[in-house]
Amino acid sequence: MPIALEARHLVKVYPGIRAVDDVSFSVAEGICFGLLGPNGAGKTTTVEIIEGVTPVTSGEVLYFGNPAGSRFREEAGIQFQNTALQDYLTVRETLEMFRTLYDRKADLDHIIAECSLQELVDRDNRKLSGGQRQRLLLAVALVNQPRLVFLDEPTTGLDPQARRNFWTLVQRIQNDGTTVILTTHYMDEAHVLCDEIAIMDTGRIIAIGAPDALLQERYKGLIIELPVADLQADLDGIEHRLIDNLGIVEIPSSDINASLNELSTLAKDLNRIKIRQPNLEDLFLDLTGHTLRA
Amino acid sequence: MLQRIYAVFRARNLEFLRDRGTLAWNVVLPIALMFGLATIFGGEGRNEYTVGIVQSGEALDTVQHPFLDTRYIRFVAVVDRDDAILKVARHQLDLLVDFGDSQQYWINPDSPKGYFVEFALLQSVSATGRSIDKAQISGDAVRYVDWVLPGILGMNMMFSSLFGVGYVVVRYRKNGFLKRLRATPLSALEFIIAQVASRLILITTITSIVFMGTKYLLDTTMEGSYITLLLVAVVGTISMISLGLVVAARVTSEELAGGLVNVITWPMMLMSGVWFSLEGAGSFVQNAAKIFPLTHVLDSARAVMLDGAGLLDVAPRLIALSIMSVAFLGFGAATFRWRAD
Repeated sequence: MPIALEARHLVKVYPGIRAVDDVSFSVAEGICFGLLGPNGAGKTTTVEIIEGVTPVTSGEVLYFGNPAGSRFREEAGIQFQNTALQDYLTVRETLEMFRTLYDRKADLDHIIAECSLQELVDRDNRKLSGGQRQRLLLAVALVNQPRLVFLDEPTTGLDPQARRNFWTLVQRIQNDGTTVILTTHYMDEAHVLCDEIAIMDTGRIIAIGAPDALLQERYKGLIIELPVADLQADLDGIEHRLIDNLGIVEIPSSDINASLNELSTLAKDLNRIKIRQPNLEDLFLDLTGHTLRA
Repeated sequence: MLQRIYAVFRARNLEFLRDRGTLAWNVVLPIALMFGLATIFGGEGRNEYTVGIVQSGEALDTVQHPFLDTRYIRFVAVVDRDDAILKVARHQLDLLVDFGDSQQYWINPDSPKGYFVEFALLQSVSATGRSIDKAQISGDAVRYVDWVLPGILGMNMMFSSLFGVGYVVVRYRKNGFLKRLRATPLSALEFIIAQVASRLILITTITSIVFMGTKYLLDTTMEGSYITLLLVAVVGTISMISLGLVVAARVTSEELAGGLVNVITWPMMLMSGVWFSLEGAGSFVQNAAKIFPLTHVLDSARAVMLDGAGLLDVAPRLIALSIMSVAFLGFGAATFRWRAD
């Protein structure tokens, strides 16, 4: 697959802070690429540099091998984290307005149907719920039949059902062959949607690759979770991680039977034990030493 | 390019027209002002006597004749004699006197104030033992409401242009809508042209409705061509919207935008002759007022409405307004900022 987008050594410096610090990655056409990290990691700044709405201090962005310019602007669809739309306009009028700004035009009824906005086309923008509004903003990002779509924290603030509905939409877009670049601090969202991820912290990429490959590289087995209160002896000599704010201890295990036998002597009660697959949240914690939403 | 401008233009129009409160305010305020002023000043003219003295310079030379010592008369220096004669015809000056070589005065025999001022003039002239020639000028009085109508319409245009465009663009920038537009192929110039066009159509339409309404209800004076007056309104509105865009080009706070617009609108309202004429004001004030678009708009509109001036007569002022528009738009587009941070 050709490389749709390439970021080369991006640096963004604000007075007193290096928000993006030598970030490089490339995105193959047709995949969903996730940029992950906690709030303040620099992922939104990175994406906005690529989108051309934030000037870069140094570095360059290539779109299909050429510097991102007017072709990129014509072919990219963008959903910002926070976007206000014009008051008093209906959903359809808003979509029509944005569609007219492009030479490439998607079929509006198809977009409306794809984003499940049929019942809302005549509704004032201001009267949409959070989930409806996110679907409209996604539809706005699709009005130019984009080859590349940026979704910046698209599900922040949505309830779990609305989030899952949104994931379905994103998967549908990707199935149409559109390249998706997603920024999120929800690791489960990234795991479900992304073919490749880059984890950012303090302005730098600290890991990059396919989610499962990154996990397999780091973890050989399962993770046992146990409330600290249920332990009756120290876990000396056993690899573990204490999650203070949750009052639990996590123990990675490549041999679950052996680990359980060992724990049965150290814990007074195993009834509240949990055994699960390692996830991206674990990976992030291991890589950075702090939790995502700390 | 045109389709992008049209898209933003149409969307902005819909937004404005559906905002009933703002729309009503833009229509009702000037009409209410008109009726208020018509009620207060309807049958009344000015309450003081005003006499123009023809001079070569702006400063009044009070030692040239004892008549200038007469109390309760406001004497104003006049350089353009023909313009002042027109003002006598319109009862805007009660008398015009030239104590220079011609030793002549001009009076409108239909002006009651002119009658009394002439009496005072002749008394002081006879005391000097000299004589002075009399010339009669005919013409109907210009009611204050006729004179102030262009001022009120111009003031409404000014507020609607500066606050309307300035506030809206700053709000768009602050809430991120401009940033969203930045991610499309729309250019700053296209966005600005769309804003100017949208506001221009709205202001011109509303001003025309108010003008025709007041003309019908108050029978206000209209001596010149409606087309010329419309041209003055269009060119003037473009210049004031463009000035609003200069304010809005980079500002990110509505409070700051409001302050900046006030800094511009208040001097413009006081010095451009909205409520009262700058006749008699110092030459510095009169020259300084020329930097404001509203001054040129009001002078042109009054010339067309009250004096029947044609396109050629107001062309220099329209050219000045056009130059201002180009300068303001160029500056606005060059310094335009899409983002708040």
